[in-house]
Amino acid sequence: MLQLELTIQGLINGSMYALMAVGLTLVYGLLRILHVAHAGLYTLGAYIAVLIANASGSLLLGAAVAIPAVGLAGMAVYRLLYEPILDRPPYVALIASIGLFIVMEEAYRLVFGPYGETFSTPYLAGRLAIGPIGAKGAEVLMVIAAFGLLTLLALLARRTRFGVAWRATVSDPAMARSFGVDTIKVRYVNFFVASGLAASAAILVAVLNNLVEPTMGSVPSYKTLAIIVLGGLGNVAGTLAASLALGVIEAFGTIYIGHLLDRDAIAFLFLVLVLMIRPQGLFAAK
Amino acid sequence: MGSYELSLVTLAAIYAMLALSLNLITGFCGQISLGHAAFFGAGAYAAALLSKSGGPFVAALGAGMLVAALFGLVVGLASLRVRHDFLAITTMGVGFLFLGFVRKQKALGAELGISGIPDHGLGAWGLALLAVALTVATAILSLHIRRAWAGRAFAAIADDEDTARTMGIDVVRYKLVAFVMGTAIAGLAGGVFAHFTRFIIPDAFGFTVSISILAMVIVGGIGSTWGVLVGAVMLTLLPELFRFINDYKLLIYGSLLLLVMRFAPGGLAGALAPLFRRAGTAAGGAR
Repeated sequence: MLQLELTIQGLINGSMYALMAVGLTLVYGLLRILHVAHAGLYTLGAYIAVLIANASGSLLLGAAVAIPAVGLAGMAVYRLLYEPILDRPPYVALIASIGLFIVMEEAYRLVFGPYGETFSTPYLAGRLAIGPIGAKGAEVLMVIAAFGLLTLLALLARRTRFGVAWRATVSDPAMARSFGVDTIKVRYVNFFVASGLAASAAILVAVLNNLVEPTMGSVPSYKTLAIIVLGGLGNVAGTLAASLALGVIEAFGTIYIGHLLDRDAIAFLFLVLVLMIRPQGLFAAK
Repeated sequence: MGSYELSLVTLAAIYAMLALSLNLITGFCGQISLGHAAFFGAGAYAAALLSKSGGPFVAALGAGMLVAALFGLVVGLASLRVRHDFLAITTMGVGFLFLGFVRKQKALGAELGISGIPDHGLGAWGLALLAVALTVATAILSLHIRRAWAGRAFAAIADDEDTARTMGIDVVRYKLVAFVMGTAIAGLAGGVFAHFTRFIIPDAFGFTVSISILAMVIVGGIGSTWGVLVGAVMLTLLPELFRFINDYKLLIYGSLLLLVMRFAPGGLAGALAPLFRRAGTAAGGAR
């Protein structure tokens, strides 16, 4: 029974990683940037949602404002930070992004205080159970949201005109441009969608833990980097699989080798081992 | 100089060694590392353990160097498999692995770290002088390597690995040399640090520290020995001299990384290089 519970717990965490990592891998696929500051936008989403939810009494309103607001913030990060340095060596954008992430975390700490915010009325704290297996309402919502949003994303990419333009830009920007695709617009939409996904992940985590704190992005930020590398940078399906796999491995690892390594180290042990065997990631096509 | 000023000198020298050692790997050889604090930590733990079991100070420093270099060799061998972004993530992973491992080891004091590290017997002046001397030696080594055959091989690898290989440069060997040298010096800095504070905890070697070391290299000017030296001393002393900054230390480090990368990727050395060149002396190899 323990194994089943660990698997479920792992899939719940994996869903959260997936929501965040997919945005990260979309940015990498398009621009070859390791967008560490993604986790800063994630935390921003949680703060906007908790402040509005507490002021208005409606979590839905908070989410409805936070997700597009963070999407716009993501576009601003692209425009102000990444666009001017796209032609530099890749480490430039990576280090700039780490810098921005640190600045954002420190800004939250200075503005909102180090202790974090909680929802004045906890949401979805009830427990749902099917037979012996149970999960919190917020955990169930996390899994549903992850699968719902990512299916929607896949449909948009496959079935719409813009989705075609986006996929064309990812596979060959110059060719896409010569066929009349507005590749600049693709980049902005890409950042909007990726950041919105991160915000929704953050709101779900905030509801689950009933806590929004300045450093809530730290652990996911570096762990999702590991995930997108495992997924074969830029590969959405691979990232999804790697997220769920890592969630489950962490859940088991904490129980079975938790006395040797802490939770975060288990994720990176898995990463380093995989990279030694398959340097291109688990699911890379090339 | 009072004991406070002496401790600042020692601390600045330790960080300067760390920044210079990372500069060997990242600046000279072009191998980005986001986990340099792990080697600093490995050296500190090894030196602390040896000292506590009764070994002399010099042996402890040597042990720190040796353990960090061995660790560096392993990571160097592992990182031969990956490049660029993958290397950045792998080295970051090594940093988290080191921390996660140390935190759980009872023999290493777990979360509480190691306290009561024996006195080094040099006094505050002696330790400060030792740290400064070691920093100067590291700087001289850096300047020498830059002009030696190895430095040129490093630069070729940093510039374009495949071309370097085609030109007959033994890329594997030079990458490993860069990793082992850089990590050995970081381990030495760790040994000095452990005896300076006489109390170490895992968090003193975390990701923030890796990024702080990187910030010193970047702000000073990646690849430039003089620039990195100035960057390290400046970033260590700034928060200490202006106490009100201390609460904003990370904010400042983050902003500096962000602004330097966005507006002046050559760092201080890159920005000042034209002035120096006019005066007739090249300001290192800032790219």
